Amino acid sequence: MNKNLKEQVLRSSGVNVLKCMRCGKCSGTCPSYDEMEYHPHQFVYMVEKGDIDTLMNSNSVYKCLTCFACVERCPRGVEPAKVVEAVRLAAVRQQGSNHLSPVQIPDMLDEDLPQQAIVTAFRKYAK
Amino acid sequence: MQRIGVFVCHCGTNIAATVDVKAVAEALSHEPGVVISQDYQYMCSESGQNLVKDAIKEHKLTGVVVCSCSPRMHENTFRKAAASVGLNPYLVEIANIREQCSWIHKDIATATDKAVILGKAAVAKVHLNAPLTAGESPVAKRALVIGGGIAGIQTALDIAEAGFDVDIVEKKSTIGGKMAQIDKTFPTLDCAACILTPKMVEASQNEHITIHSFSEVSEVKGFVGNFTVTIKKKARYVDEVKCTGCGACVEKCPMKKVPNEFNEGLDNRHAVYIPFAQAVPKVATIDPNYCMMLKNGKCGICSKVCTAGAIDYKQQDRFIEQKYGAIIVATGFNPINLDKYDEFAYNQCPDVVTSLELERLMNAAGPNGGTLLRPSDKTHPHTIVFVQCVGSRCDDEKGKPYCSKICCMYTAKHAMLIREKYPDTEVYVFYIDVRTPGKNFDEFYRRAVEQYNVHYIKGMVGKVTPKSDGKIDVQASDLLSNEQLHINADMVVLAAAIEPDKTARPLATMLTTQMDTNDFFTEAHPKLRPVESATAGIFLSGACQGPKDIPETVAQASAAAAKAIGLLVKNSITCNPCVAHSDELLCNGCSSCEKVCPYGAITYQDKEFRMPDRTTAIRRVASVNPAVCQGCGACTVACPSGAMDLNGFSNSQIMAEVDAICK
Ligand SMILES: Cc1cc2nc3c(=O)[nH]c(=O)nc-3n(C[C@H](O)[C@H](O)[C@H](O)COP(=O)(O)OP(=O)(O)OC[C@H]3O[C@@H](n4cnc5c(N)ncnc54)[C@H](O)[C@@H]3O)c2cc1C
Ligand code: SF4
Ligand code: SF4
Ligand code: SF4
Ligand code: SF4
Repeated sequence: MNKNLKEQVLRSSGVNVLKCMRCGKCSGTCPSYDEMEYHPHQFVYMVEKGDIDTLMNSNSVYKCLTCFACVERCPRGVEPAKVVEAVRLAAVRQQGSNHLSPVQIPDMLDEDLPQQAIVTAFRKYAK
Repeated sequence: MQRIGVFVCHCGTNIAATVDVKAVAEALSHEPGVVISQDYQYMCSESGQNLVKDAIKEHKLTGVVVCSCSPRMHENTFRKAAASVGLNPYLVEIANIREQCSWIHKDIATATDKAVILGKAAVAKVHLNAPLTAGESPVAKRALVIGGGIAGIQTALDIAEAGFDVDIVEKKSTIGGKMAQIDKTFPTLDCAACILTPKMVEASQNEHITIHSFSEVSEVKGFVGNFTVTIKKKARYVDEVKCTGCGACVEKCPMKKVPNEFNEGLDNRHAVYIPFAQAVPKVATIDPNYCMMLKNGKCGICSKVCTAGAIDYKQQDRFIEQKYGAIIVATGFNPINLDKYDEFAYNQCPDVVTSLELERLMNAAGPNGGTLLRPSDKTHPHTIVFVQCVGSRCDDEKGKPYCSKICCMYTAKHAMLIREKYPDTEVYVFYIDVRTPGKNFDEFYRRAVEQYNVHYIKGMVGKVTPKSDGKIDVQASDLLSNEQLHINADMVVLAAAIEPDKTARPLATMLTTQMDTNDFFTEAHPKLRPVESATAGIFLSGACQGPKDIPETVAQASAAAAKAIGLLVKNSITCNPCVAHSDELLCNGCSSCEKVCPYGAITYQDKEFRMPDRTTAIRRVASVNPAVCQGCGACTVACPSGAMDLNGFSNSQIMAEVDAICK
């Protein structure tokens, strides 16, 4: 268990993981569930246990759509998406490099891609 | 000259461990008027009390100060001891050196100093104590039960059994409450109607019970033993006495499109209706929102077909006033509104129903005659998903923070009944925890799993999506197998959280009783006085005090009845003599006190006074009804002329205490 990392994630997410009652509604609602190795309720529980490294090394942090469905529907107001985001930030910070740079963008563009997606992609894959 | 005795208690080590009790006794022995100052291990014990009694006799004491625990614990004990040897009990004062001193301090020196100061204040006060005599007020030998569910019915039956008259005020047109809507009951699966309706009939036939159906309480005045209540009998446009309940009017009424609340809106009723066949009283009621005669004077068919001549379109609300000794609140509960839970599609899809709706769908007297059919297309559902904890245990503004307590059990019941009657139906129950504490409850739930093969899945439904083919996609997590499920269901049943009736809050205000933040009535003590409210003479019965199933409701209902009977058997009750009184020479009749008195104890009188110049003048002055005054003291603070004072807590006594503390 990595105490510093846990502190960092708790602080940057602002989430009190102890409020979780382990109902699994976040994972019941998550549209990205099948893409994720660890699911929203697991993020909450693993952060509580301090098992942050495992989450940081999983691609689950990039599979979350930030749709906030879990935040909207959690009966205890835990806001799991904020935990996912905080773990992702911790990972990106540690790697010290961006996963996306503006020069790559023109190659990726296609007609159907909404502009919002580019903004979101930068949010997710860059510091 | 005052002769005061001081008695300092060790309370075992409760006080003595933090307060030097010998030093306190010694310090107080030098206070003016103190003739004896002693300490003892347990002052409340029999030998401790004897110590006090002997000292009163031997030293001819005129006042007693006991330095001990809170007056709430033992003030009465020491007052009784004093009275037994001829000292007026109101000449005893308690200095609380336990809760307000030893329990909250760690340092012995500080605690001892504070105990001395508290003792000095009590001595200063007792110097000014006057002997008081408690008056008596008579007890009206009649009880009022508000709410006619199973709780109210049971309470009324028990009180009537003891020989007292009791009135039930029920806001709906029949008594019975939620239990009348339920099909079968856990944990024994006997039919609700078969066990409830005999009790309803018993209540209606009991000579001591009067049922005011379609009625509400509109005003409550008075106090324990002596409440005056105004009951509003709402116009039902049918003469209750003449109506025989034959139903001819209902049959002929052309207005047939009124949502039937008894069936939770799953079918329609007529504008004139009798909620169900076993309704008590079995009297028709006309719904003014739909009756064409009442709305625009066109129709009048029911009055033509009623051979009893009971229809009365001109009926008005009536008000009756009655005196009661005790009031029992039994206003019950309702499932919460699910409008805000979009994810469960309750408002989008008729095949997503609440558990109470399912009770009606399965009931032989329900909209489908007891055959379980989907509300949308009246076909038999083959896959049914139950969702528990909908709106319960929530930390958001949509739901309730508490566990609704009854839904785990009724969901197991529903699942089992469906599997029993329709073995070709697959039943899934999504749960967070299965909570089944209660006699034979867990066995009941296990039967649903082991014997009836109901699929219990640990997880929660996240999203319910009605599909174009009429099926319903239920997306949920299965936490034990760590997967997300999609169930292609025909029906979804939501175990909605329960909440107190919306009328409970205004009723609590009328009764000056307390509620918690969820609007459940608060009991006087959560462990030791569970069926009394903190307001004397008001008792609590059933789900209005907290979520409860029927066995618990009935137990509490009988307990509340026992408490009420304990009050009603008394011919009179002792009043608190520590009440307010006004100095008429100082009172200027400004009405400030009347406005703040929560009990309505203050009235004004025009009185003749001899003025200093020998003329007479008529002045308006306040007077307090000592039987109504509860001694709260609000008026003494509000009075700008210092005319209001409280017996036992006079302004001069309180100032003397403050002086003693500040010296
Ligand atoms: C779907 C479902 C299934 C259930 N199944 C079971 C079961 O199988 N077994 C079991 O033990 N329990 C079951 N219960 C629980 C059971 O319904 C309650 O325990 C019981 O109804 C509580 O009784 P009550 O009299 O306190 O409240 P209620 O039944 O709610 O009665 C309250 C009465 O007071 C009236 N009222 C309210 N406010 C006022 C007012 N201001 N003035 C006058 N009248 C008023 C109401 O109209 C109502 O008639 C079930 C509950 C639900 C929702
Ligand atoms: S915010 Fe992320 S974790 Fe939450 S429901 Fe959406 S995709 Fe799933
Ligand atoms: S929905 Fe909320 S309470 Fe339930 S498991 Fe997810 S984070 Fe925990
Ligand atoms: S009002 Fe008349 S017709 Fe209607 S139920 Fe009563 S007696 Fe019968
Ligand atoms: S009784 Fe069961 S279903 Fe109801 S709120 Fe409590 S845990 Fe949830």
